[in-house]
Amino acid sequence: MSDAAPILETRHLSKSFGALKATDDVSITLQPGEIHAIIGPNGAGKSTLIQQICGALRPDTGNVVLDGRDISGLSTQARARAGLGRTFQVSQLCMEDSVLENALLGAVGAQGAAWRFWRRALETAELRATAEAALARVGLSDEAATRCANLSHGARRQLEVAMALTLRPRAFIMDEPMAGMGAAGSKRLTGLLDGLRQEAPILLVEHDMDAVFALADRISVLVYGKIIATGSAQEIRSSRAVREAYLGDAE
Amino acid sequence: MRIAEHWINGAVLIGIAALPLWALFIDEPFTITLVTRAVILALAAVGLNIVLGFGGLVSFGHAVFFGLGGYAMGILAYHAQTYTVLDLGFFTTEGTKSMPIIWLVAMGISAIAAFFIGLLCLRTSGVYFIMITLAFGQMFYYFAISWAQYGGEDGLSIYVRNGFPGLNTLVPIQFFGICFALLCLVLILKARLQRAPFGLALNALRQSEARVATMGLNPMRIKLLAFVLSGAITGLAGALFADLNRFVSPAMFSWQFSGELIVLIIIGGVGRLMGPVIGACVFVALEHFLGGLTDFWHVYLGLILLGIVLFGRGGLLGLLTGKEGAHV
Repeated sequence: MSDAAPILETRHLSKSFGALKATDDVSITLQPGEIHAIIGPNGAGKSTLIQQICGALRPDTGNVVLDGRDISGLSTQARARAGLGRTFQVSQLCMEDSVLENALLGAVGAQGAAWRFWRRALETAELRATAEAALARVGLSDEAATRCANLSHGARRQLEVAMALTLRPRAFIMDEPMAGMGAAGSKRLTGLLDGLRQEAPILLVEHDMDAVFALADRISVLVYGKIIATGSAQEIRSSRAVREAYLGDAE
Repeated sequence: MRIAEHWINGAVLIGIAALPLWALFIDEPFTITLVTRAVILALAAVGLNIVLGFGGLVSFGHAVFFGLGGYAMGILAYHAQTYTVLDLGFFTTEGTKSMPIIWLVAMGISAIAAFFIGLLCLRTSGVYFIMITLAFGQMFYYFAISWAQYGGEDGLSIYVRNGFPGLNTLVPIQFFGICFALLCLVLILKARLQRAPFGLALNALRQSEARVATMGLNPMRIKLLAFVLSGAITGLAGALFADLNRFVSPAMFSWQFSGELIVLIIIGGVGRLMGPVIGACVFVALEHFLGGLTDFWHVYLGLILLGIVLFGRGGLLGLLTGKEGAHV
């Protein structure tokens, strides 16, 4: 898989907050069809890295490249249109609205349909088709009419994924999708993500090691803003540097 | 007590239409003027509710657009009634007494002002947004006060109400009809807007800006367009208000008026289609009846407002429908 041109790539990303190096020369790639997990202890700079990839933070130096195109200068919304489908660590959903309306928002964004003022979004066939397909994909069809605030935590995480799906992204960027999930929910979501990689590769930041080892084709370990190792699950498990820095020296 | 919201909405509109007709029947023209006032305030507040209720942006400067609409009417009619020329450098006109033209100018100017004010204000949020919109309001207020050519502090009187083709606008019920028709038209447009993709995006923006941007939508552009639409509607109300009183003064730009609009919306129900309309009716009724009893009627208004904010966050509509949230 390493020979193909990467879908998403960071090149020498660096970002400092004062004396703190939150991101230190990070170069990673996301190949077609793979799940690339980023793990690391708390405060390693995982969220900062995601924010730079998605456009919420500007790196001090370095570039973000999507499909061979430098997107470092683009806004969050332009990156979304270019093909980044992001999910949030803390669900960012419209809690007052129904599940279907949330998914419709994604469809509106995907089709650049925000400048329509007359026809009901709910009655616009092409918007509904996109939204309903995404809900079906994550298994939320039955909850379409449920108000988001009344959804279980797990279902909210699924909706996050559905909203990213509506964009038909080139790459998924998922920030701790398993956060706060119970074992059963975590397992179901793991199955869902496993199937998603065929649609687009996933850059997965995750704390849930079971999920990471089950899903990831490659794992990169981020410590103090630096990537200290990249490799298969087996290689990461057996890496001495990783053990010392992250998993804690078992011996 | 739970009543479906569309029944209440319908009843309120029918009530607003019926009251002046009844007043006409018993020959009480003042009541017609009173209801007309409520309708115009409602229109102004419906405009504000687009950004306040749906966008979650508490604009404390909507008097700017109300005043601009008023002055657009005042200045055009003033030149027409004095047979003087209004010279803008690139364009000269002798003014006009035609309502439709005045409305278009009022909405156009308000929209342009909203565009530039929004461009600056919408970069901020929360308290800063409130304060910067307030600052713009005060700028326009003091400008109007010192604008001697158009009456300065004393304002401008227009002797004869502007005309509308085929109607005699000086007859109270006919002028009421015009205002009511405009209110209904704007309510229909608003009802469509809030269910259309644009309304969906604006509604989402209030709840999570990060979410909207992540869906590939430009938050700033959506907010700006909402602000422009909102300003234009409030500007139209300003032009009607000036025509109702046949008078414009800097008071239309005052921050107190901006505050009143917010109060109207809170009384009626934030973010609800008919919230501002109900709020305006209650406000005008209180102003008239309580104001007739005591000079201190604002105290009672304050108490009512307090009660609503503490016990019924959905406003009167929320109490009646038994739903606190507007979008449930």
